[in-house]
Formats: sequence, C-alpha cells, structure tokens
Amino acid sequence: MANIFVLVEQEGDGPTTLGLELLAKARTLGEVTAVYVGTGAGVDVLGEHGAARVLQTDPGDRLPAGPVAEALAERVSAESPDLILFGQAYTDRDIAGRLAARLGVGVLSNASDVRLVEGGVETDHEILGGSQIATARASRGPFIVLVRPKSFVAESTGGNAPTVEELVLPAAGSAEATVSESHVEEREGPQLGDASIIVSGGRGLGSAEAYELIERLAKQLGAATGATRAIVDSGWVPYAKQVGQTGKTVKPDVYIAAGVSGAMQHMVGMKDSKTIIAINKDPDAPIFSVADLGVVGDVHDVLPKLIEALEAR
Amino acid sequence: MKVVVCIKQIPDPATPYTLEEGTNWLVRPDEQILDDGDRYGVEVGLQIAEANEGTVTLVSMGPSGNGQGVRQALAMGADKAILIEDDALRGSDALTTARALAAAIKEEGFDLIIAGTESTDGYSGVVPQMMAELLGVPALTYATKVEAGEGSVTIHRQTNAGYDVVNAALPALVAVTAGVVEPRYPTFKGIMDAKKKPVDNLSVADLGIEVTSDQTVASIAEATARTAGQKIEDEGEAHLAIVALLEERKVI
Ligand SMILES: Cc1cc2nc3c(=O)[nH]c(=O)nc-3n(C[C@H](O)[C@H](O)[C@H](O)COP(=O)(O)OP(=O)(O)OC[C@H]3O[C@@H](n4cnc5c(N)ncnc54)[C@H](O)[C@@H]3O)c2cc1C
Ligand SMILES: Nc1ncnc2c1ncn2[C@@H]1O[C@H](COP(=O)(O)O)[C@@H](O)[C@H]1O
Repeated sequence: MANIFVLVEQEGDGPTTLGLELLAKARTLGEVTAVYVGTGAGVDVLGEHGAARVLQTDPGDRLPAGPVAEALAERVSAESPDLILFGQAYTDRDIAGRLAARLGVGVLSNASDVRLVEGGVETDHEILGGSQIATARASRGPFIVLVRPKSFVAESTGGNAPTVEELVLPAAGSAEATVSESHVEEREGPQLGDASIIVSGGRGLGSAEAYELIERLAKQLGAATGATRAIVDSGWVPYAKQVGQTGKTVKPDVYIAAGVSGAMQHMVGMKDSKTIIAINKDPDAPIFSVADLGVVGDVHDVLPKLIEALEAR
Repeated sequence: MKVVVCIKQIPDPATPYTLEEGTNWLVRPDEQILDDGDRYGVEVGLQIAEANEGTVTLVSMGPSGNGQGVRQALAMGADKAILIEDDALRGSDALTTARALAAAIKEEGFDLIIAGTESTDGYSGVVPQMMAELLGVPALTYATKVEAGEGSVTIHRQTNAGYDVVNAALPALVAVTAGVVEPRYPTFKGIMDAKKKPVDNLSVADLGIEVTSDQTVASIAEATARTAGQKIEDEGEAHLAIVALLEERKVI
C-alpha cells in the first residue's frame, strides 16, 4: 500500500478545511500520515478524516518553514513516502519549497488532481484561466504536490483516533525568522472559504464607500463578502477578501458578482460556484460568460432595490 | 547594504499565450515585459537601498529577448543586472530556476534578496523559498510591508486572518505581494542612464549548477466550459429576477 504524507495546518482549535480536503484525497491513495503544524488541538479530527498516524509539531513563535522543512526532510529520507501533499496556502507553500530544495526535487504547484502512476505521479492543472487542463508528470521522487483549495471535498469517515508522534524540530538557529505579533483583521459573518453564499464587489462599485452595498446585501443573505484584486490593491477592503488566483478559491452555492469584469485571474477562483449571478453595466463583460443570470445594469440601481426587496420579505 | 532583486521577463499577459508544439512550454517572444509582480519587488528594493546607502542588483533567468523588461527595471533605478540565459535551462522546473538564481546571487554577494510572491506566467510560487533554502537564509514571505535597517529586516506577513509581524537578521530573503508599494515610473534620465548600466551574462557552465528538471507536460485538454445562462437588461425590475433565482435555489 502506498505511503502518503499530508501537511495539515492548524487554525484556531483544529485543522484547516484545506487540510481535511487533502486527507480526503490521500486516503483514496494509500496509508495516510498527517504532518500537523500547530499546538496539536483537534488532533482526533485528523483520525476521523482518515489519518492513521499524526506527526505533530509546534513551531511556537518560529516562522515554521525553516525548522519544519528540516525535520520533515529527515523523516522523508527515512520513510520514503510515495507522495507528499500540501495545500496551496501560505505556510504550506513555504514548507514545500524549502523541503523540495533540501531533498533536491521539484514541486508540482496548483494541482487540481493527483494520481500515482507507473514510474511517478501525474497531476492536473487548470491553465489559461481554467479554460484548459494541463496534465503534468514527474518521474523523480519524493513527489511534492501543492493542491489548490476546494479540489476535493472534506468528509469525515469516522476513523479511529490516530497514533500521535512528535516531529521534533531542530534547535533554533540564527538564520531563521521569528513571529513577534499576530493581528486579526475584523471579521464579521461567515468566512469566505466556508460560506454557501458569497457577494463580491469589484471596481465597478466606484468607491470604497459603495462596498457598503455589498455588505448590506450579504447581511440580508447571511453571505460572506468577497472582492477582486483591483479593489484590494486600491485599499478598499482587506486582502483576506480577495477571490482568485492569488486570493481564495471558493465554490459556494451562490456567487453574486457586482461590478466585477471577470478577469481570468478572478474567474479561476470562483467559476466552479454552483450558481453565478453577475451585475455589470457592460453587456460584453467576460463575467457574463459564466453567469447563470447576468444583469446588464448599474450596481447603484440594482443593488439598493435588491437589498430593499430582501429586507421587505 | 547590498540588495538583490529577482525579476522575471514574461510575455505580455494582455496577449493570448501560446504553447509550443510537442513540449507544451510557453512560447516566449522576443518582446517581453517586466512581470508586474516584480515591479513591486524592484520598488521595495530601491526604497531599502536608498534608506541604507545600498545598491540594487537585478537577477533574471530566461530567454532575454530584446531585454526590454530588464531595461525597465534598470531605468527605475537599479544599478546593474545579471542575466542567466542558456538553452539547457529551457523548460526548467522551479528547483532548477532556484538553483540558477541562487548560484548567481551567491557569487554576487547579498544582504537582502527581494522576490515576488508568484510569477504571472508560471506561478509555481515556490522559487523564493527554494532559493532561501539553497542559500541557507530565512524567507520572509507574503510581505505587505517591509522595513530593513542595519542587520535586520521586519515585515508584515499576510495570513488568512490578517497579518503577522515577522523579523529576521540579515542576510535574508523577502518575497513581496503586489500592491505593497506604488512602483515608480522610469524618468527620462533613468531611461537614458539605463543604457549605460552594466549587464552581465551567465550560462549554466558559468554557474556550475545541476539541471535536473523531470517534469513534463503530458497533455492539454479543453476544460468543460461553463455555459452562459440568461442575460437580462435592467429596466428597473432586474432585481426581481435575482430574487426569483435565489428563491428557486432555495437560499432565501
Ligand atoms: C498575477 C496576477 C494575479 C491576479 N490575481 C487576481 C486575483 O486573485 N483576484 C482578482 O480578482 N484579480 C486578480 N488579478 C487581477 C485581474 O487581472 C483584474 O485586474 C481584476 O480582477 C479586475 O478587478 P475588477 O473586476 O474589480 O475591475 P475591472 O476589471 O476594472 O472591472 C470593473 C467592472 O465594473 C463594471 N462597472 C463599472 N461601473 C459599473 C457600474 N456602475 N455598475 C455595474 N458595473 C460597473 C465595468 O464594466 C467593469 O467590467 C491578478 C492579476 C495578475 C497579473
Ligand atoms: N526566471 C526567473 N528569473 C528571475 N526571477 C524569478 C524567475 N522565476 C521566478 N523568479 C522570482 O520568484 C518569484 C516567484 O516566482 P514563481 O515561483 O515562478 O511563482 C518571482 O516573482 C520572481 O521574483
């Protein structure tokens, strides 16, 4: 049976959804070891999602990548896993990059699926804004694959409590970075990654103040609020709201895009939503090519009326 | 302070990208631009050099073409450039790219390396971390704010929830996100000066690196395209169609 390592980050009191998505895939490929980065809270959840063993490691206030990659490289050399899965996420990427360089192997980034094949691994990648799928192959292991969020569905199998071992980190050296403060930016309502409805705004709103329309509509729907990079870069909303290639990948039941043009890099993060509704005053806006309902109109006309109609219900 | 900025030249994203028959590698025309993400890196590097009596060296790997992207970064104010170009590097994976860049940077010497978070055409998003590992320095990544002074660097590192403040002693690598600063436009004088700045060319043999790319693109297939649904013109009542659809999908 294949031996699969999966990196899972802890967030708050348990594993991230992304980590659980990876476990759902990994358990179809072989025996799963979760490398759990955090204080260790919620470790049983990893067992419920298919991890037979957990290597738990707590970097504390050290930036995880350096020490975790060093400790993990030793384990990988000793145990030769057939595949090491990471999520396309901040710390995952940092660890994967350093680990690969230590082991002298490549990384397959942005995968939407992964298969073990004769002589190596095969991965699928959405390219050119998701219009095409490239299938890549690598032949020299250990194989390190970074998987995009929402590629698989996190699902508990009610598995047993895993065996837990500590992955001991090397002593802190001078050539590493330290986290001295953590800031949480205001969050209200459901989080983007988990929301079943998302309302996103783009530059078509015209001003930072007009983003209030997005917030009011979201409140009526119990939705999370999202944004394009254009308005994140303009400082209208924090980066945490960005949907797309360099932001979050989302797959809600309903995605409402208001004043969003539908650039390739935005669509790759939301085009797999079940239902897409777009409001844009340009009838040729690319977003309409993926919208189940496209409204050619001004956000300043449509959104207030929509909010009012929902409030009246 | 010696600052090195990694910049990539890429085909203009506004033009449709084409793939080479057989290898499925991206076709790189003679005319390439400076990756927008790396313009931010250049600006951060210049600001840090200006504040610390430093110099900025650019390092770029890939077919240099007419070199317009690199010249643009020189015109912004960088002091010199190192171009790594070699047929043996065509189709390089992230590790080979990182090895080539790291070898050139090591030879040049550095206090601080600046890179982007991901390239627009490749977006492997791991080249900076790999370089840091190969050079034995910390990688301070996803930086939305960078401050460097005598012997140390502090950044704001983007997280899912907000940001962390991260510190390290120099030498170190910082990978910046777009939007972190407003990149300057080259002045006329900058453009003229750029023509006289030194540009070194290096090959794989000069760097003495191993090329080990084992990744191939086996096939390309059309993704199942989503089809457009209904499109309506708002004549004052379009919001009702949205309400109706939300009801139909049982979310209200
Ligand atoms: C490497 C890279 C990564 C990127 N990553 C991302 C990413 O992760 N996410 C992302 O979103 N972008 C990303 N981008 C940027 C992307 O290319 C676009 O620039 C961005 O998505 C555009 O945002 P926008 O739709 O808000 O703005 P615009 O493209 O300016 O569109 C505004 C739209 O609003 C419409 N409009 C104007 N006024 C009104 C009105 N009154 N009522 C209704 N409609 C109106 C206009 O017709 C237009 O279609 C990336 C780019 C690069 C190069
Ligand atoms: N060929 C290259 N030449 C110079 N810098 C590069 C190259 N490839 C990647 N980089 C640097 O690494 C960053 C991340 O790129 P990538 O890992 O390809 O997504 C880029 O923003 C550049 O700063």
